[in-house]
Amino acid sequence: MSVSGSPAEHALALWPPAASHAATHVDYLILAFTAVTLLLTVPIFLAITYFALVYRANRRVDRTHGSDRNVKLELSWMLIPFFLTLTFFAWGAQMFDTAKHPPANALRIEAIGRQWMWKFQHPGGQAEINDLHVPAGQPVLVNMISQDVIHSLYLPSFRVQMETLPGRYTQLWFTANLPGIYRLYCSEYCGTDHSVMDGQITVQSPRDYEHWLSQAGSSQSLAAGGKRLFANYGCTGCHGAAATVRAPMLAGLYGRPVPMEAGGTVTASDDYIRDKILNPDHNLIAGYKQVMPSFAGVIPEDELIQLIAYIKTMQEPGS
Amino acid sequence: MSPLDSLYRDPDTARITLDRPADYLHAEHTLRSWFFTTDHKRIALLYLASITGFFVLGAIAAGLVRLSLVVPNGVIFTNDTYNKLFTMHGVIMVWFFLIPSIPATFGNFLIPLMIGAKDLAFPRLNLLSWYVFMTGALFTMVVLIVGGVDTGWTFYAPFSTTYSNFYVIPALIGVIIVGFSSILTGLNFIVTIHKMRCPGMTWFRMPIFVWTLYATSLIFLLGTPVITLALILLVMERAFHIGVFDPKLGGDPVLFEHLFWFYSHPAVYIMVLPGMGVVTELVAAFSQKRVFGYRFVAYASIGLASITFFVWGHHMFVNGQSQLASTVFSFLSFAVAVPSAVKVYNWTATIHKGAIRLDTPMLYAMGYIGLFVLGGLTGLFLATLAVDAHLHDTYFVVAHFHYIMVGGTMLAFLGGLHYWWPKFTGRMYPEAWGRVGALLIFIGFNVTFFPQFILGYLGMPRRYHVYPPEFQLLNVLSSAGSTILALGYFFPMIYLVWSLWFGKRAPANPWQAKGLEWTTSSPPPAHNFLAIPRVDFEPYDYPIKAPERA
Repeated sequence: MSVSGSPAEHALALWPPAASHAATHVDYLILAFTAVTLLLTVPIFLAITYFALVYRANRRVDRTHGSDRNVKLELSWMLIPFFLTLTFFAWGAQMFDTAKHPPANALRIEAIGRQWMWKFQHPGGQAEINDLHVPAGQPVLVNMISQDVIHSLYLPSFRVQMETLPGRYTQLWFTANLPGIYRLYCSEYCGTDHSVMDGQITVQSPRDYEHWLSQAGSSQSLAAGGKRLFANYGCTGCHGAAATVRAPMLAGLYGRPVPMEAGGTVTASDDYIRDKILNPDHNLIAGYKQVMPSFAGVIPEDELIQLIAYIKTMQEPGS
Repeated sequence: MSPLDSLYRDPDTARITLDRPADYLHAEHTLRSWFFTTDHKRIALLYLASITGFFVLGAIAAGLVRLSLVVPNGVIFTNDTYNKLFTMHGVIMVWFFLIPSIPATFGNFLIPLMIGAKDLAFPRLNLLSWYVFMTGALFTMVVLIVGGVDTGWTFYAPFSTTYSNFYVIPALIGVIIVGFSSILTGLNFIVTIHKMRCPGMTWFRMPIFVWTLYATSLIFLLGTPVITLALILLVMERAFHIGVFDPKLGGDPVLFEHLFWFYSHPAVYIMVLPGMGVVTELVAAFSQKRVFGYRFVAYASIGLASITFFVWGHHMFVNGQSQLASTVFSFLSFAVAVPSAVKVYNWTATIHKGAIRLDTPMLYAMGYIGLFVLGGLTGLFLATLAVDAHLHDTYFVVAHFHYIMVGGTMLAFLGGLHYWWPKFTGRMYPEAWGRVGALLIFIGFNVTFFPQFILGYLGMPRRYHVYPPEFQLLNVLSSAGSTILALGYFFPMIYLVWSLWFGKRAPANPWQAKGLEWTTSSPPPAHNFLAIPRVDFEPYDYPIKAPERA
């Protein structure tokens, strides 16, 4: 790692770089919490030390005292620290709420974790291993899934991490505001080479990022790749415009509620579409006979991501 | 009123009531009299010897982990060896040392003595518990040393069920077996505390230590079956691919996290509550003063044991758990601070205006309070949703739970060991050496673990064998601290064994302490008391107390 500005050049770090407003905000929260913690604990430490010295057994001091119980006093030192700290519960919960709701205009990066590497893909199809380039100033959403065990994508400079699960998509997002090179890690123990499943995240100005994208080379976008796969796996036979089999039309499907045979609806999310491809017998759709074969073990995760990217682009005719 | 009755209220400090051969240690000498004993005191010592052995092995593994982390490029061990070492450390320390530590040793020895009983309710079941424990623990130990397991003590699926080596199955079977020992011990304690209290020993005359062991036993009884079930499912999944946790087989890996933490969070309180009980006894005895707010402290023990079953989701804020669930778990985790605060502030108020002696046990108790407070409050940081998103699975977590488990449980264990050593063995330990050891352990502990808070905040993930070079200095500091800590541990191991032969003979009550265990000789006779005690006084009936209210 000899990149200029590489984090490896620091011999000793005492404060982690904060590369987003949210990261700075987390730092404020932690500093404020630390201050309250000191307020609550230092008096105890001082009191215990002071009492231990002043009331030593061999000293003649006045030891008469009021009572060996005092409900009001006890309730107060139970509840006042509790309500004081609840401020931080609320503060943290409010920031967590923001973290759970990515903005609609976020740049979407697809990530696949596996023993022991990360693969990132940009919407244009540019792929990176263990390294990730993102533009500053724009929200970036990382949608991720694992091919094997549980991993976790950890970006300390943005103060975020999210477990990368097998069989289910999870997401995290951030808006980088400071161009530079930062570390990324796998933070959930995943076996032999867990500790080298790390890499670098490079935050660039939007123009540099565009330049990087054009240099990185990609024959086709994720959606275009998905369109090709859609034909190769024979999906068009039933779901295509000219299909003779009565299969649900996929145009305009993404994000829409789908009526279930068992009653109720399920929103057509990434997870829903992935699950329908792999396990068509789950969540039977109202009004359709289930004839679709399962593609479990046939279509790998990166192709599923491309297929979903393609299905998302399928517009309802006339819209 | 017999002359004995006043003795129970005011234990005689200088008296040695009993001489060999009538005390429990010298009543019989054969191996058989130890390995087939049903005396709770002898069984406690069997546990003490076994868990000390396990502690040494777990500590060696920890030392090797710290040795490896002196260099950032991981050249000292291979990745697999390192992973097996930290798994060995975690599995041994959690399952075979911390969980049985105070309950199975001090609980076993002291509950009958403190409530004026001859033995536990089910003495033979008690012996069976030890055999069950040793069977499971030794089995897993052999597997860990001969084969090596690399899952970490958390055994997360689908790593453990598909990708790790085969030894995970026998290791899990051993841990499952040990769980039954916990259940039997918990059952025994609960029945004993309900049914075996001597005349006059009402619930609110019981020492706080007994209250905390009662609360701990509830967790043993209610929590352990869940982890047993979860680990059995894990074995079945690994052996027969039944498809509970692996998504490729239609399972859900997050389900294992739920089942695991449903037990393993309360398990933290199996480690913490008995420590709180020990510290309460020490603080009262070495302040010669009644425990401040006895009832609140007693209720707080039951409160902690209850709340702890409803916070397991705070281990799962970053695994895709719903936002609502995470928010509720975060709030409930803050609620744990309420009963914990009662304990800490009430200890402080107990020390206030006491007659304080800074003997070794009290040094450990004071160290405990400081480190437990730090460990507890950093727990609140981790319970804060947005903060956990950064600190989860970093060294901050490692530092936090070591402050609770080593700074808390281990210090309480050592404090209690010194306090009751005369009662266990009939010998005094050397006080000066005791203080030096306590000081070394306190310093070594902080030098080892405080830098890890900073490492975690800087973003160093846990279970990393190879790490970025900017973290080296703090890691070297931490490893240096661990050598001081190890040196500190050597002190009690050596002088306590030395004292068995060369220590001063202990009187019945060397600390001028109150409580029924100090009314009988040191060591006690085989059936604890020469006559069944009768209690007509309040607990912690120390000379320094508030004037009686008119």
